Amino acid sequence: MTEAIDLKAKLGVDVFKPGGAAHIKIRPAKEKDSRLQKMALICPAGLYSVNEQGETSLTIDGCLECGTCRLVCGTDILEWAYPEGGTGVQFRFG
Amino acid sequence: MEKFDVIIVGAGLAGLGAAYTLAGQGLEVLVLERGDYPGAKNVTGGRIYVNPVRDLFPDLWQEAPLERCIVHEGVVLMAKERSVAIDYAGNELRQEPCQSYSILRARFDRWFAERVEAKGAMILPKTGVENVIKENGKIVGVLAGGDELYADVVIACDGALSLLGEQAGLHPPETPHNYALGIKEVIALDGEKINDRFQLQGNEGAARLFIGEVTMGMFGGGFLYTNKESISLGIVIGIEDMMAKGGSMAAPALMEAFKARPEIACLIRGGATMEYAAHLIPEGGFKAIHPFHGDGILVAGDAAGFALNMGFTVRGMEYALASGYYAAKTVLKARAAGIYDADALSEYGRLLRESFVLKDFQNFQATPSFVNNPRFFSYYPELKGNILRDIYRIPAGPKERLYPTIRKYLGLGEMWSMFKDFREVTKI
Repeated sequence: MTEAIDLKAKLGVDVFKPGGAAHIKIRPAKEKDSRLQKMALICPAGLYSVNEQGETSLTIDGCLECGTCRLVCGTDILEWAYPEGGTGVQFRFG
Repeated sequence: MEKFDVIIVGAGLAGLGAAYTLAGQGLEVLVLERGDYPGAKNVTGGRIYVNPVRDLFPDLWQEAPLERCIVHEGVVLMAKERSVAIDYAGNELRQEPCQSYSILRARFDRWFAERVEAKGAMILPKTGVENVIKENGKIVGVLAGGDELYADVVIACDGALSLLGEQAGLHPPETPHNYALGIKEVIALDGEKINDRFQLQGNEGAARLFIGEVTMGMFGGGFLYTNKESISLGIVIGIEDMMAKGGSMAAPALMEAFKARPEIACLIRGGATMEYAAHLIPEGGFKAIHPFHGDGILVAGDAAGFALNMGFTVRGMEYALASGYYAAKTVLKARAAGIYDADALSEYGRLLRESFVLKDFQNFQATPSFVNNPRFFSYYPELKGNILRDIYRIPAGPKERLYPTIRKYLGLGEMWSMFKDFREVTKI
């Protein structure tokens, strides 16, 4: 639990500009895919979580746009695009 | 219908390097950048080696907002309970001109973009590119923010996850095999404190790589670079390894565990994290380079896979700058003939092969498989630690002779395995 709070605090120092619709979505009926479940451990922003039924859900707020989930899951599992220009994370140091 | 001579997608080092070289040559050059400003989506470890690109951009380095000149090199083998470090320092690393600098990309790219604009190229930030526009198999422009923008040639510099190269049909979707995930924090720390903690003076900087327990046996490692008033600290983990052996610890928790190591904690004590970032890193080397030219399109930088793990260092930014430069030179030559088809643009490959870019990739093509040896990430750090522990330990009774102490760990079978592991070095 403290880990999740640490991560929230870290993402809290980043600059995010709000955009429109979520730029990454789990395709219907793919929630239990094993590649998707792996993202709960791999996503550097901790945006993926798996419930007791083995279904994965995704919160897009805090996305660092690294693209790892697109490589791990592929586009048959995820509908994946970069956020619209001028939105999403804006690194001040990089 | 908007028509330009050249459209460059992505204002990173490859895109800006290309635009800088093209600007002032009488061409209409448009750079599209999806971030709020150039650099807003860019992340590096970061250190840039200036020597390979000094002469390609001669006017750039004098005033460039680089951080510190790296004069301390360190490699730390981290085992569970201890670590073994190699430190390389000395006056030879202080010789002018300095060969490498720590760098913060949001600052550098923003500054570089101003120089590019001053030379006459147009940079449009906050503009994402949705797709390429194809006519009869030829790339004739891009779709950006719903607008159709046309050009004689498109230079795709859209980063490690190049959707443009995919849309142009140059390569299939990326797979985990050739990529690592980098996670990085920029930690604010007073410049004098940095100097004291890393034994530096003035604008001198330190670089350290960490191998072993950092990634819990997975491909990768940790890195640390000192900036003027901050420390760049992070980890790199192979994506395929994370999928296969991810274990119980999430990637962000690995980063926290790394920060909590006593070897690291004392270096960043009192520092506040100012930014938390993540980025993909191409790690496949020569074999993983994408086709980098097509009809009406060139690909440069990370988008082409131009990042190289040399074992003792991982480089990408020089290749980005240089490939951008050679892409621009190719466009200028194609323009003279008025032909931008795949054949005319194949000049790019010739220029890259003659330059340090593809020569480095060829010379270091064995490193990806060499550094992928799992024994480097857990076995050797533990072994070296064990040997040193036994050498340094003074027991209550008599101390064992040194040779048997070491020999205990290095039996014939072990020596043979080590020989096989390091025999691979001869290929690099």
